[in-house]
Amino acid sequence: MPADSVKKTLIVAFGVCIVCSILVSTAAVSLKGIQDENKRLDRIKNILLAGDLLNGDADLRTIYEEKIQPMMIDLSNGKQVPKEEFNEVLNIEDFDITMVAGHPQYGMTIPSEKDTAKINKMPKYTVVYIHKEDNVIKQIILPVYGKGLWSTMYGFVALDTDLKTVRGFTFYDHAETPGLGGEVDNPRWKAIWKGKQIFDEKGDLRIEVIKGTVDTSGSEAQYQIDGLSGATLTARGVNDLVRFWLGDDGYGPFFKRFKEEIYG
Amino acid sequence: MGKYLETVKHPLFDSNPVGVQILGICSALAVTTKLETAIVMTIAVTAVLAFSNVSISLIRNQIPGSIRIIVEMAIIASLVILVDQFLKAFAYQTSKQLSVFVGLIITNCIIMGRAEAVALHNPPRISFLDGIGNGLGYGLMLLVVAFFRELFGSGKLLGMTVLPNVTEGGWYLPNGLFLLAPSGFILVGLIIWALRTWKPELREVE
Repeated sequence: MPADSVKKTLIVAFGVCIVCSILVSTAAVSLKGIQDENKRLDRIKNILLAGDLLNGDADLRTIYEEKIQPMMIDLSNGKQVPKEEFNEVLNIEDFDITMVAGHPQYGMTIPSEKDTAKINKMPKYTVVYIHKEDNVIKQIILPVYGKGLWSTMYGFVALDTDLKTVRGFTFYDHAETPGLGGEVDNPRWKAIWKGKQIFDEKGDLRIEVIKGTVDTSGSEAQYQIDGLSGATLTARGVNDLVRFWLGDDGYGPFFKRFKEEIYG
Repeated sequence: MGKYLETVKHPLFDSNPVGVQILGICSALAVTTKLETAIVMTIAVTAVLAFSNVSISLIRNQIPGSIRIIVEMAIIASLVILVDQFLKAFAYQTSKQLSVFVGLIITNCIIMGRAEAVALHNPPRISFLDGIGNGLGYGLMLLVVAFFRELFGSGKLLGMTVLPNVTEGGWYLPNGLFLLAPSGFILVGLIIWALRTWKPELREVE
């Protein structure tokens, strides 16, 4: 049969398609387990990193299961979502914040005037991670995300039980310019966040990333974080996303409820 | 034996896909801010090139001319997805950094170019070696560019500090330009210049 006949063309096209699709789907299906496990471990690692709970080579899963208690909350009122309401989308083990944000039932569009983090959509429910030791709450680790210069940056903020003091901060996924905006990953910069105050005595949201270096002697120093040189827009993005999520449209209702439950 | 060795060696300098044929420039700029990503990208591209060349060469007498390009694309795309899946499973952190650029290997002109120029007309073994050679030629360029970009851009090599940064208490003030795409262009340009000075026969006749 000449290679250019119609019949031959169809046979070759069909054959190539079959072989390629079998190869691709076999690989995708057989590797999915390992890939999902990688994703989960990566998230656990970053939760522990935000909470400063990583120690040496101890197994991530063991530390996580020992110390962290995940909890699904309704962002509109801060209430815990009972296990009975979990389903395919709403579940703790595989919680995917962007997928939930885009879900017609569990996500919502943020009105543009309120959308300071520039994320368009946010989830109505999210998972927060409570760090407990001997049944005493040590800190609360909250997922946050928002737009940087090029990419959406995903991270965790760890707060003290006073809900004012930052205990740790980390980004686990972003695509900012390495060396400039990518410095949001730099341990030295992340360390600056430790101990900063989010709210003042009156309860006003005060934390901000400023341009340049913070004047440590100033009265505002406890609320301010050094900007990233060469990455003004990324730093502004971090500022906006932190202020959005810690504000009334983010975890505000949860903070209120948490305080009532803890301090009565 | 000499013919085979020559097939691998020739694309390293004399017909380097990036330096002489000026192909695959976009990815050469995108993944060279760090040596680590450049190394993984080299391996990924070499694997795809070698196996796409072999597969296309194996069926070269069966491929009808009218759907030649589509058949090649289907094979290349499948191999790229395979590589992407493997990276996600076994090199998760690096695959996160390479993000979209692994998928974009599909559009890397070098691969299509070798399929058209070599694999369609040559037996599998020579096509395989040609793929390896061109992958390594591409990788060599990537590694040289990444070496300078990571060293001067962040004072590190493979993530380890070589020139201690001012921000970390050292003396080196990193040159941010090296982390941006233009520096990749400049470095590739300088390498092409060096290559043509070393081997004058590579210059085009005016």
